Amino acid sequence: MIDWAHFTPWTSLAGGVLIGAAAAMLVLLNGRVAGISGIVGGLFTPRAADVAWRVAFVLGLLVAPVFMKGYPRIEAGFGTLLLAGLLVGLGTSYGSGCTSGHGVCGLSRLSPRSLVATAAFMAAGMATVFVARHLA
Amino acid sequence: MSALAAFAAGLVFGIGLILSGMTDPGKVIGFLDIAGNWDPSLAFVMAGAIAVGVFAFALARRRAQAFFGGAMRLPARRDIDLRLIAGAVVFGIGWGLAGFCPGPALVSLGSGQDKAVVFVIAMLAGMLLYTAAERLGGENP
Repeated sequence: MIDWAHFTPWTSLAGGVLIGAAAAMLVLLNGRVAGISGIVGGLFTPRAADVAWRVAFVLGLLVAPVFMKGYPRIEAGFGTLLLAGLLVGLGTSYGSGCTSGHGVCGLSRLSPRSLVATAAFMAAGMATVFVARHLA
Repeated sequence: MSALAAFAAGLVFGIGLILSGMTDPGKVIGFLDIAGNWDPSLAFVMAGAIAVGVFAFALARRRAQAFFGGAMRLPARRDIDLRLIAGAVVFGIGWGLAGFCPGPALVSLGSGQDKAVVFVIAMLAGMLLYTAAERLGGENP
């Protein structure tokens, strides 16, 4: 059943276009893939010439809430957030990417690796929500 | 110049995440909940981003240099191994539990929410664990 009350096709599409435009800027101007987990993870094995743009990109993300009207509620409790954060950090490191690196940039490059990774994390996310919402 | 471009790209990316609904964990979970009251909005985020990205990466592929100088660095790997799939599955479980993936978590951190702080610290710890494990593995192959 579709949740029509929360369905926002146009703003979601417009937000997606902005995300694509940002990825386009980073790859065409700087020659880098806009994969957030990779950009952040790369800071743990720093190379001198490589740090500034990574920090600058993350700063851009951190400043973005200036354009946010009110903050969405975070339902998960602190314990869940700790576990989820740890899994996201480990998983994106071993899997070489997240929703942005594999999902947006990888699929845009028509990369078979990213297609498999995206299918895997989508399926795992859906299975997790199914268990949490309908079985637990 | 390249740092300024990266900042601008990060800012536009972040605004896109906010506008699209990706920074709302409830909306993300609503998208992943295909058996319940399904909110398909996030499929439109992917569609919008890829519609632009396809052209950008097609152009990038034909260039050896980025417009602001420096080499064009596109991933070259094409192998599909267990690490890729297992990593993606572990990531997906974490994503489904909290409704946060790395980008939206950082944007929410910027808005100063304490719950986002907890998530991001745990995420950085996970990345650090990986880096440490890789270093150990490199010394004792």
